[in-house]
Amino acid sequence: MGAYLTRRFLLMLLTLFGMSVLIFVMLRLVPGNIADILVDAAGIADPKEKAKIINELGLDRPILEQYGQWVGGLVRGDLGFAYVSERPALEEIAPRIPISAKLAGMALFFSVVIGVPFGVISAVRQNTALDYFLRVISLSGLSLPSFWLALLVLMASVHWFGTIPIYSNEPRSFLQEVGLLSIPAAVVGFRSSALVMRLTRSSMLEVLRQDYIRTARSKGASQTSVNYDHALRNALLPVVTIIGIEAAFLVGGLIVTETVFNIPGVARFLVEAILWRDYPIVQNLVMLIAFVVVMVNFLVDMAYMALDPRIKYAD
Amino acid sequence: MRTCLALVAGSLAAAVFVASPAFAQKQGGTLRISHRDNPPSASIHEEATISVNQPFMAIFNNLVFFDPKEKVNSPDKIVPELAESWTWNPEKTKLTFKLRSDVKWHDGKPFSAKDVKCTWDALIGKGDEKLDIIRKNPRKVWYSNLKEVTVGSDTEVTFELGRPQPSFLSMLAAGYSPVYSCHVSGRDMRSKPIGTGPFKIVDFKRNEAIKLVRNPDYWKKGRPYLDVIDWKIVPNRSTRMLGFAAGEFDMTFDSDVTFPLLKDIQAQKPDAVCEARPSNVNTNLLVNRDAPPFDNPELRRALALSLDRKAFNDILFQGHALTSASLLPPPAGVWGMSKEMLETMPGYAADREKPLAEAKAIMTKLGYSKDKPLKLKVATRNIAIYRDPAVILIDQLKQIYIEAELEPIDTTVWYTKIQRKDYSVGLNLTGLGLDDADTNFYENFHSTSDRNYTAYKNPEVDRLIDQQSAEADLEKRKKLVWEIEKKLIEDGARPVINSNVANTCWDPKVKGVILQHNSIYNGWRFEDVWLDK
Repeated sequence: MGAYLTRRFLLMLLTLFGMSVLIFVMLRLVPGNIADILVDAAGIADPKEKAKIINELGLDRPILEQYGQWVGGLVRGDLGFAYVSERPALEEIAPRIPISAKLAGMALFFSVVIGVPFGVISAVRQNTALDYFLRVISLSGLSLPSFWLALLVLMASVHWFGTIPIYSNEPRSFLQEVGLLSIPAAVVGFRSSALVMRLTRSSMLEVLRQDYIRTARSKGASQTSVNYDHALRNALLPVVTIIGIEAAFLVGGLIVTETVFNIPGVARFLVEAILWRDYPIVQNLVMLIAFVVVMVNFLVDMAYMALDPRIKYAD
Repeated sequence: MRTCLALVAGSLAAAVFVASPAFAQKQGGTLRISHRDNPPSASIHEEATISVNQPFMAIFNNLVFFDPKEKVNSPDKIVPELAESWTWNPEKTKLTFKLRSDVKWHDGKPFSAKDVKCTWDALIGKGDEKLDIIRKNPRKVWYSNLKEVTVGSDTEVTFELGRPQPSFLSMLAAGYSPVYSCHVSGRDMRSKPIGTGPFKIVDFKRNEAIKLVRNPDYWKKGRPYLDVIDWKIVPNRSTRMLGFAAGEFDMTFDSDVTFPLLKDIQAQKPDAVCEARPSNVNTNLLVNRDAPPFDNPELRRALALSLDRKAFNDILFQGHALTSASLLPPPAGVWGMSKEMLETMPGYAADREKPLAEAKAIMTKLGYSKDKPLKLKVATRNIAIYRDPAVILIDQLKQIYIEAELEPIDTTVWYTKIQRKDYSVGLNLTGLGLDDADTNFYENFHSTSDRNYTAYKNPEVDRLIDQQSAEADLEKRKKLVWEIEKKLIEDGARPVINSNVANTCWDPKVKGVILQHNSIYNGWRFEDVWLDK
């Protein structure tokens, strides 16, 4: 196990290194740089002013030197200066991480809390009215675009309650924060919950037809025990995989939700930074997302072992 | 008799109460406004967008200012701000300001004539490189006639011009001309600026919020009324509008409410106060006159004649936009041609048949027809306000045998692309920071300007621009301005489709808002705005 973990850790480092090269190169392949954009935003294209900005930001230095400077800084915990705000990138990024993390965490929580039980119910009550109803709900969750759903929620809230659940002021208490984030989290989580529900259902249906389930039933185990102790545990393996993948994809869903609900999180900030070609912000944020994805994958692999004792990672 | 006296006394007291603003206006409160996007920086001198002017103008003062109580900015409505008075020398080449001596920067340091010199030295490229208070200068051309700024004393400063230029004072009165401080670096001015204005900046959180608080040491006693101005950056327009309807914001971003949206606002918030006014932003055509086939003036003329301005107006503005040349027409505009004059210009007549027939005849003469159309791309910024008119344009061009395709350009490389002349026909929006002939002509049509995107060159027009710029008689100058406008239309320099009109709304408790009707970039000090609650 120890050797496996070491191998896994080295592989993670290699993946992150590959990601860093990819991010760095791809960003520079996109047409236009920050100097173009800053000058364009002012409606002018003065080559002298542009050259001055390029020089100030060090964009005229050799590309390898720029890469070395960035990675060296990352190792030291120095993320550089944001080009647009001219403030340390860490100061710009750090306050936004907890907001997005909480939102993503709550969305994931929603998707699991709704998706897994309803998936089980749907499978156990296969081809009943309840099953059909839950399948329609899950299908709508997959087919409704997040931005549309988010706008509908806002409109309904203004129309019926005369209030709008957007993030306009920093919440003063934990409860207020939960209240503020729960609606957008539910909007983001709705799609994931639909996916989790459908996968749980199909996985449960498959497991419920296995011999050992019949054995459990014949031994006199209760229906609840069969469903939850024997079937669900084994049906969860593919569900855990999809939850891991969804956790990575959540960032994409957050962009829309953070924009519509006006949440000052990482995802919206990343899009803005890409539009401005604010390399220090984009590079560091994408690296952070890559790190989260790699970590989630690692945790999913560990969860396999916990769920199925037959799975062992050999040294 | 006693009753009579009581009535007189009562009436007098009521009259005093009504006449004296101090009794009516209330101090305090937070004004909450939605902002449409992330301002590129807080440095007004370095930017060219209302996204910067509207939130940050309240931090600064100018030497002189367009009277904020007047809706129309005009040269005769300029009032002192940091300057107490001004005088011209007899040759009208030296403009001397007597400055206020009771003004302090937000950090407590005294304001002096050196700050004025420092600001305009930077704008004309003579600034202290170490201080580097201005990194880019989009309005360089405004001050091309300014030769030197000299300090007489702490309270006296003189601007020396190369030749007489009556508009120079108007330029100094524009929202784009605040006085910067000598002791604050450019980097700080872009992120947390120091000014002398009615509000101090507390926070500028990118993509999130801008917070301004009352300057307790403001030199104008009793102002501002508000304690706080809280801007929330809300990039999604639907969220902004719903937020306003739900009472989350007291005011919309300037000109943010289109006419279709106005109906929604009025339905959801019937007590909202909404005002439509020209934004002094015009929609226009960019034609690459250096590259075939539009190096042919006949083809450019056909293109200009094909424009059905009324159709653009009806579709995009429900008929509220203004037909104009490059300057805003009266009554909102000071310099533009009247409706009657415009109707005599090529392509502007109400009857569309004649110009369209002429355009078709030109195209036929050049060998184009329905079966053999001219194929091209219409480039435009990939933003709805640019794309929508471009689509209408493409439809109209079909009538003169032009088969066009939309080429949406990422907004970040738009100006670089047109500067490189990497387009055939483009659709553009031009906002005028100031309703003034000099700023418009020198910025957009003079052969030496960086912002003359089509590289239009006409020595005769250059000469007329210089001539009108030096003309002191307002009426004579207007005639020269109209002559230039006529030539620009005839040359198809940058055919204007129309001048846009949009709405700004606020809650009825917000008082003292006076929108400037010929520039969205001016009048945002917020020092006279108060909350009635």
